[in-house]
Amino acid sequence: MNIQTSRRSFLKGAAATGAALFVGVNAKGAFAAASGAADLNPFVRIAPDGIVHVVIKHFEMGQGTTTGLATLVAEELDADWETLAVDLAPGDSNRYANLFFGTQGTGGSTAIANSFMQYRQAGAAAREVLVAAAADTWGVAPADVTIEKGILKAGTNSAHFGEMVAKAATLTPSEEPAVKDPAQFTLIGKDGLPRKDSRGKTIGQTTFAMDVKVPGQVTAMILRSPRFGGTLVSFDASDASDINGFIDAKALPNGSGVAVYAKNTWSAMQVRDMIEAEWDFSAAENRSTDEMIAYHQRLLDKPTYQVREGGDFAATGKALEGADTMLEVDYVFPNLAHAPMEPLNCVIEPTANGVKFYDGAQFPGITQPVVASVLDLKPEQVEVETVYAGGSFGRRATPLSDYQVEAALAFATLGGKTPVKLIWNREDDVRGGYYRPMAAQRAKIGLKDGKIVGWDHRIAVKSILKGGPFESVLVHNGVDDVSVEGIKDSHYDIPSMAVGLTDAETPVTVLWWRSVGHSQNAYSMETLMDAVAVAAGADPVQFRLDHLAGGTPDQMRLSGVLSLAAEKAGWGTPGKHMGVAVHKSFNSYVAEVAEVSVQDGAIKLEKITCAVDCGLAVNPDIIRAQMEGGIGYGLGAIMRNKITFTEGEVDQSNFPDYEPLRITDMPDIEVHIVASAEAPTGVGEPGLPPAGPALANAIFAATGKRITTLPMTDSGIEFV
Amino acid sequence: MATNLKINGKEVSVDADADTPLLWVLRDDLDLTGTKFGCGVASCGACTVHVDGVAMRSCQTYLSDVEGTEITTIEGVSGKAAKAVQTAWRDLDVVQCGYCQSGQIMQAIDLLASTPKPTNDDIDTAMAGNACRCATYHRIRAAIHHAAEIMEG
Repeated sequence: MNIQTSRRSFLKGAAATGAALFVGVNAKGAFAAASGAADLNPFVRIAPDGIVHVVIKHFEMGQGTTTGLATLVAEELDADWETLAVDLAPGDSNRYANLFFGTQGTGGSTAIANSFMQYRQAGAAAREVLVAAAADTWGVAPADVTIEKGILKAGTNSAHFGEMVAKAATLTPSEEPAVKDPAQFTLIGKDGLPRKDSRGKTIGQTTFAMDVKVPGQVTAMILRSPRFGGTLVSFDASDASDINGFIDAKALPNGSGVAVYAKNTWSAMQVRDMIEAEWDFSAAENRSTDEMIAYHQRLLDKPTYQVREGGDFAATGKALEGADTMLEVDYVFPNLAHAPMEPLNCVIEPTANGVKFYDGAQFPGITQPVVASVLDLKPEQVEVETVYAGGSFGRRATPLSDYQVEAALAFATLGGKTPVKLIWNREDDVRGGYYRPMAAQRAKIGLKDGKIVGWDHRIAVKSILKGGPFESVLVHNGVDDVSVEGIKDSHYDIPSMAVGLTDAETPVTVLWWRSVGHSQNAYSMETLMDAVAVAAGADPVQFRLDHLAGGTPDQMRLSGVLSLAAEKAGWGTPGKHMGVAVHKSFNSYVAEVAEVSVQDGAIKLEKITCAVDCGLAVNPDIIRAQMEGGIGYGLGAIMRNKITFTEGEVDQSNFPDYEPLRITDMPDIEVHIVASAEAPTGVGEPGLPPAGPALANAIFAATGKRITTLPMTDSGIEFV
Repeated sequence: MATNLKINGKEVSVDADADTPLLWVLRDDLDLTGTKFGCGVASCGACTVHVDGVAMRSCQTYLSDVEGTEITTIEGVSGKAAKAVQTAWRDLDVVQCGYCQSGQIMQAIDLLASTPKPTNDDIDTAMAGNACRCATYHRIRAAIHHAAEIMEG
């Protein structure tokens, strides 16, 4: 097992300083302490200098997980926050699985939710053995030992953690260490606890994969098919050999492209530009966007699946016959690229018995077996050293480990002896697929006497999950849950609602994009609820509340955030143009009120007021940051982003034509967090879904225009 | 061909083509990786450095352009405005993924060096070319105002 190697490099800091205390879970699943990490998966390491190191099993893409998981340990241990350090865990699903996935990975806004008890118990176990060691040393009862900011005290005795680690490492904590009563929390829920990753990121010292340089590495880039599903026929690199730093150019064995190798990044970029290639497009996506939209819309006529529990299209059709008012709305949602600031990249190098990756690794638990199968290795022979990731928004979480497999193929094709750094540039990123899928939706809603009598809602979208490793978990009876999430399980009391789904087929690769299906489904649901409210002559907030009055826990929490956001925004203030949306995703509840003004016919988004109920708020300031970021990420896309195709080729290439949200677009944002004792739930994604429909509803309030084709600029909306 | 540069106060000699972007000289030749690659077309600002004290996009600045100049990167930036900006960024926990923040900070320092009390409009104008996909803009604005207060003392 090459885990030995992994652990050595991971723990070399400890080895250099002598004995240390490791606390984690042993092979039997019980919390344990040890002086080394041989027999347990450590979550906490305390060196003789007394510094507490928290081992972070999730990767940090900006969502704040290093701070969040560290908070859980520090709380139970009463550690000194200022000196506490975070270490990113190596790839190892046996030790560091996401408890919701069963494999190591970050996604679905689950980092805090799945770790909440695990990391608290790890901190509590460390506390137990340190207290016991101090009590034994001082000849006092454990109950008489207190801890304050990493200092153990009993009477006149006092010691920092490091002085007790040697003895503590020989002790055994309870199998289920007792955690604090929430009333005793001093760090969990504390506002303004400084992020652990702030300092490095403000002085240019945080290492991202793009910054990794291993001895002897060459830089590789891939020339890929300009159309999805195309395969390489031949290539000519004769013009490239003149470029300084050119090393080689080789066809990848799976026909996906040409790998170019150069001494450094700039050479690799120039070399790739000089390669001429011929492609076979017989199995490729050769359509243009208009044809693809028309194809998706045709699929709405006959849904393959009816996905709403108790839904029945025939019954809904009958109910609609009794309506006195009908709304029929067609939606078109474009493909979207994630475009994280750090373009995709990773480094692969040979080890004594396999390979090692340096990667902003979102799913190491997937990358290890997938790359192992490509290179004919065992998963444990594929080491992953996780480094900080320059954003992801879902892009680094490919179930097929697309860019790691490219790196592995480029590495193997070059002979398997030379470390390879695979780089994507921004054009690769924008044109490289794994997009938020394009979708078409159609809704027919009937009202009678101002009440909804029937709702027929149909969706055509490519499945993200079919054919991947999560199919068995998230595809049920043929229905990809994420295609229909947020609509099929709408918490509004809607009589006679049927929801249809048809899978679209296209070689264009698709992937979860921050908030996944909710990114488009909340848009349609919440703009429809708005339109229905207006058709019924009702206030949009009150209309929603009236349809959330059934008393279920979901409805109560949705109503709670909706009322709070409306109150804080000053909903109903005369002369203000406001729109509202409320949505549950990733087990969190978020309502947003957008306020716009109109200046010479253009829309200015003035402010978003957000209310979030994500259970117990572990790090309030990070929750606020995630709401701000989720709102901004969603707004930029919904205002003006789209990936389009002309005869199969992507029209956009870089930020000038895939324009990110800019500071000039960013509204004022106010976030209110609902006080809650419920278990913590997601925050990375839930801020996004209501942002688009809240803006759309505000634009309707200001202009009377409904926007059903996205991005908004494609519907004739101009922004200041 | 060797080119002599002054980076972060130190003289260095670089053996690279004259048309090599400064960004790649910094990152690949000099291991100054705090300056980031985001787009390569001067559209995102992640590669912002100071050339003779002025914020420049190093992906569109070439080695031949900078001989004889004083180049400052995030690793070497110092002075009153720099200290205020970095402190303000930490006070407000601006960063999320952090990849764009070297460039944001270098741009903000440039702004405050010339405009010690910027308005929101000044900030938006100066920072419009620096993209942040995490959308930390709300805090960037607040942090620049905070840095201005720190500088005032």
